[in-house]
Amino acid sequence: MSAEMIQLKNVGKVFGQRRIFGGSTEFAAVADVSLKVARGQTLGIVGESGSGKSTLLRMVLNLIHPTSGSIHIDGQNIAALTGRNEKAFRRKVQPIFQNPASSFNPRQSIGAILRAPLKVHGIGTPDSRRDRVSTLLERVGLPAEFADRHPHQLSGGQKQRVAIARAIILEPQIVLADEPTSALDVSVQAQVLELFRQTREEMGLTSIFVSHNLAVIRQVSDTVAVMRLGRIVETGTVDEIFANPKHEYTQALIAAVPDHGTIMAQT
Amino acid sequence: MTEPRAHALSAKPPTLRIRDLSIEFARRRGPDLRVVDQVSIDIWPGEIVGVIGESGSGKTLTSLATLKMLPKQARIAEGTMHLGETSLHDRTERQMRELRGDQIALIPQDAMQALNPTMRIGRQVGEPLELHSGYGQAQAMDSAQKLLKSVHIREPETRVREYPHQFSGGMQQRAMIAMGLALNPQLIIADEPTTALDVTVQAQILKLLREIRDREGASILFITHDLGVVAEICDWVYVMRHGRIVEEGALRKIFMAPQAEYTRQLLEATPSIHTVPGTRS
Repeated sequence: MSAEMIQLKNVGKVFGQRRIFGGSTEFAAVADVSLKVARGQTLGIVGESGSGKSTLLRMVLNLIHPTSGSIHIDGQNIAALTGRNEKAFRRKVQPIFQNPASSFNPRQSIGAILRAPLKVHGIGTPDSRRDRVSTLLERVGLPAEFADRHPHQLSGGQKQRVAIARAIILEPQIVLADEPTSALDVSVQAQVLELFRQTREEMGLTSIFVSHNLAVIRQVSDTVAVMRLGRIVETGTVDEIFANPKHEYTQALIAAVPDHGTIMAQT
Repeated sequence: MTEPRAHALSAKPPTLRIRDLSIEFARRRGPDLRVVDQVSIDIWPGEIVGVIGESGSGKTLTSLATLKMLPKQARIAEGTMHLGETSLHDRTERQMRELRGDQIALIPQDAMQALNPTMRIGRQVGEPLELHSGYGQAQAMDSAQKLLKSVHIREPETRVREYPHQFSGGMQQRAMIAMGLALNPQLIIADEPTTALDVTVQAQILKLLREIRDREGASILFITHDLGVVAEICDWVYVMRHGRIVEEGALRKIFMAPQAEYTRQLLEATPSIHTVPGTRS
């Protein structure tokens, strides 16, 4: 068992685009990315739009495949996964997406949405699944009766709590979150981040947290990778990156953040 | 309760004075729903005033009321609004149209949606001059070029002939600002003008707005949900929640000595890159 839970070696992703009059252009969304996340740690990936951060996360989720390099999860090359191994991988690695409204089936009840992963993986009986959903809802701070509601009856923050519940119902080892709070009001964002932190600690999760928001990245990460135009420009511990950014782009990014902390620090 | 505003002592009237504004929505059943309740806002010449609130706080409706551009189901239930000496209350739609663009400009959140995709940038930026000042097309294009230059768009002579999709998000927002500046308005209403932009581009746009205030002496009403942006640009701040103003004050006072419980909660909830969880007092 290696200490690294997630390891990316020289990962690249080139998207091909066919042009109308024949020929094609290629676009490198991610280029030569090498990263490690130790067991139980959270890596924050920060970058502006088009930096390739979401593409990178989708590759770690094994939803799209790298065109070069390799990704190992818990010592296993995920490109080689087939059949039963892949199912085990899906159980071990769970996503949380930005927009919970579009990641739930609007016609299913919250209970059905949360029971689905258990059913797919053949866990428990109908009754025990129901019990597990109730316990889980309470764990993420929602009343158990929410199992009977539908997504449209929930606020954005409540939906994101359900998304967290769905991500942890299979007791995964890794959670990969893509901008999970950027659609939320700040007061709700603070609550959801707190829930994320708490869950991660209780379950000993390893995670990657993708965001364009540097302040949010600072709150949740142990280590940080700064991406720009498909490449990692700098990595380091959260303190190194924020207290002593080395790369010009990281410095520019931090300087550009409008921040009330500067006013508060002027006392 | 609040410290006096330096401007309040000047002889000039405020650029915009809103008093006890309430806005209600008609409902099919039951009484009208009050979404903005007794809101009073002053904006003095050359001031950048922030209205901050979360979704549903009524901040955007308040700004739309100033332009009399409320959605159909909404109506102004009470209150007065003055732009300088002129009351906006009894103005007809036609009279309002003369004011819009000429004296009040609106910079919306999503520039891509606000721009006409089939029209050259130059035509759109110069359009207010054709409509309000009777410029001919060539003359308006000429001015559009100067306006693009004033918002730091490079090579304005080629850019005026391009279409919105050829512009990046930040450049589209610059073009919207240029359009807003065409008639030298006294008041610019900026409704979340940087929310859709990346931070580095946002920083440039905020800098541009400050520059415009300094250069043109315009007042800016800045609507946002982002406390960081408020800290960066505003002189005076109103905090809104559930249609009411819960607190107002000078920028530093709002951040250093917030009075309202909600303002404190908002500050507490907003992550800062300068603070690490657990170290906040």
